[in-house]
This record gives sequence, C-alpha cells and structure tokens, in this order.
Amino acid sequence: MKKFIFYISLTFLINYNYLFAYSSQPKLFISELVNDVVLVLSEAGLSVKDKNQKIEEIAKKNVDIPALGLYTLGSVRKTLDDEKLNEYNDLFSKYFLKSLTSRLSEYSTQKFEIIDEEQKSTSYTIVNSKIASSDKNPEIKISWRVYTKNPEKPLIRDLIVEGLSLAKTQKEEFASILNSNNNDINALLDKLKEFVSN
Amino acid sequence: MRKLLILISAILIICSVNLRAETEKECFEKVSRSIFKFNEGLDNILIGPISRGYNKLPEPIKKGTGNFTSNIATLLSIPNHLLQGNLDGAGDAFGSFLVNSTLGVLGFADVATGLGLEDTKEDLSQTLGVYGVQNGCYFVLPVLGPTTVRDSFAMVGDTFLDPFATMTWRQKEIFNRNGKKREYIGVKSATAIDFRGKNEKNFTSLKENSIDLYSATKSIYLQNKIKKIKNSDILEDDDWGNLDN
Repeated sequence: MKKFIFYISLTFLINYNYLFAYSSQPKLFISELVNDVVLVLSEAGLSVKDKNQKIEEIAKKNVDIPALGLYTLGSVRKTLDDEKLNEYNDLFSKYFLKSLTSRLSEYSTQKFEIIDEEQKSTSYTIVNSKIASSDKNPEIKISWRVYTKNPEKPLIRDLIVEGLSLAKTQKEEFASILNSNNNDINALLDKLKEFVSN
Repeated sequence: MRKLLILISAILIICSVNLRAETEKECFEKVSRSIFKFNEGLDNILIGPISRGYNKLPEPIKKGTGNFTSNIATLLSIPNHLLQGNLDGAGDAFGSFLVNSTLGVLGFADVATGLGLEDTKEDLSQTLGVYGVQNGCYFVLPVLGPTTVRDSFAMVGDTFLDPFATMTWRQKEIFNRNGKKREYIGVKSATAIDFRGKNEKNFTSLKENSIDLYSATKSIYLQNKIKKIKNSDILEDDDWGNLDN
C-alpha cells in the first residue's frame, strides 16, 4: 500500500509539472508553456507516444482549439447545423493535435527566447519570440496570437512562423477544398478523417 | 531602358485590371495543379535529393554558398530600394555589397551584417506591390513554381534591373557581347538549392501535415509576398475579431 501511494504521488508530481496553470501574463504564459513543451520533448525516458500524449494534454488546456477550428472554417461555419459543427470540431481537434505533435518534435533541441509582446486589442496580444540559430538551423521568428478576453486564462489562437500564419494557411487550405466541392462540408470532413486515420 | 519602361507599363496595365480581384483568385487552377504535380515529381527525383546532398556538405561550404548568392542578390535590391524611395535601404544594400565583395572575399563571408549593413532583399514584384499593384491571379510555372501575374512580369523586369543579370543573361542584348547565361543560371540554381536545403524540415513538415498541399503552398507564397511588401511579420485578419460576434 505504501508503495502504491508512493507511485501515485510520483506520477502526480511528474504530471503536475506539465499541467499546472501558467501565468496569466501573455509573455510569461508563452515562456512557461514552451519551457514545459521543451521539457517533455527532451525527456530521455519517455517514448514518442508518451511525449505526444503529454504535448496533446498541454495543447488541449492552452490552445483555443475550438476557436481555431471555427476561424479555419471561415464563413462556412455560419451555415452548419449543430450536428455537423460538432462533427467538424471533433475531427478538427484530432487533426490539429496530430499535426502539432509532428511539427513540434522537429524543434526540440533548439534554444527558445521571448523577445517582446504587443497588445493588439483587449482580446489579442501578440508575443514575439525566436528560436536561436544553431550550426545546422537558421534563427526562426515565431509570434503567438494570444487570446486574452479572459485575462485570467490566456489561450493561444495562432502561431506565426517567420510571418506565415499557420491558422491562415489552414484556413485557405480548407477553403480550397470547400470551394472545389460546392462548399460541401462532407468533402472537408472526409479529408480530415483521412488525415487523422493515416 | 525602353524595353524596361514598356514592361513596367504592361505590368501596371494588366494588374490594374485585377486591382479589385481577390488575391487568391486563380488564373487556371486545373492546369496549375497539374504543373504543381509535375514540380512535386521534379522535387522528389531531382531537387530534393540534390538539396539533401548539399545539406551534407561541411558547414563552411554551405554558409559560403549562402553568403555568395545572397551578396549577388543584393545587386537587385539596390535599384528596387531606390524605386521605392528608400535611400537608407539602398545605401545599406550598396554598403553591404561593397564590404562583402571586398573584405568578405567575393561575398563568401558576410562581414557587412556585423557592421550593421544588413540588406533587406527587395525585387521588382515588391516594388510594384509598394506602388499598390495587386497580385493579379495566381498560377504555377513549371520548375519555377508559384507566381502571380504581377510577379511573373516582375521576374522578367528584374533581369533588366539586376546588374548581375545585365552582365550575364542580357550582355549580348545590351552590349552586343557574348553573354554568360550559364553563370546567371548557375547562381540562380545555387540560390534555389541553398533555399531548398535550408528549408528541408519545413518542406517535409508541410507535405506531411497538409490535406491539400497545393493550397497550403499557395497560401504560404501569397502570405510571404505580402510580408515582404509590407516589411512586417504580423498581418491582421479581421476574421479573428468576428469570431467573438
């Protein structure tokens, strides 16, 4: 029993590191979150599957995936009924988490640095950061669109890598699929299902 | 000079027709998608393997190649900074080229950046963008890749503005002397391989994470062009504000 309690406490302590509430100040929020992600990615004893699972947990709590999904859907979001919208939200979340873990693993070894933040409105603050250059990789500028409508709980809504918005790229990708299929949401859902299942 | 003026006028006339067109409008999407597939194949069998081989070269060779091609590209920036009325930019570009071509041993070393003489690369498509000329429709060229009506005309215009192109590609036309087109093609190819090599991770990630690679590439191309024209990393999109309504 003593051993059992010890293991439970240990598991809680390890996970607590990754899941604690981050600062509500956007700059600190991003800094703490990235430090945690880097910690997970560089943890030697963890399998890739476990690492991805931890990253997904962090993302679910700190990225506004439902809002990102709606933005990515563009104006078509206003034409969908609740059932289709729920199906889309569910698939989008899986799609987003799968592509996020695949993208992040590439940058685990580089040094991350916060530069500054710009408050764009009461709802949005842009946090500018960079991944320092290394022998093999050039410096990469990353800006984070942080949603601050609830000042106590900032959420990430977009990542802008070297001036290229990931959300906008996805939005235009989805728009193209919808446009070439008479705005039929099922065509997009099929593509998302295909991506998630591969 | 007359040819250049005719070309610039043609771009302004053609693109002014499309001034109200949305940037994402396609010229002939089906053909562009086929060409994109062809380019993808070319990348898989030729350009990709060459750039991966290039990435295995010792770091000083890669760095030297990147610096050399970047230094030559600075020559095109100088007239474009001037056309945009950016005298400081033109001065920095000229200083950068002068320092790197001499102290930097023909541009293989980047001494200028350390001296605060960094060139922001400019070309004719950016200059036209600054003048307010819109993209026109989007299409894909074989081998050369994504472009728009404005950018494809500007690409030809660049060969008149660029002193390096004048000395090589257009030498016969302008000075009635044997041109050295091979040198021009060689430097442009080295620039492309260096760019492809540096972005190997990004290309792979994009291929793996896109559900429509053609559209993702188009979006990235157009976003990158706006970023370069505005010289700004953050582009505002009203739809973020609409989400809360």
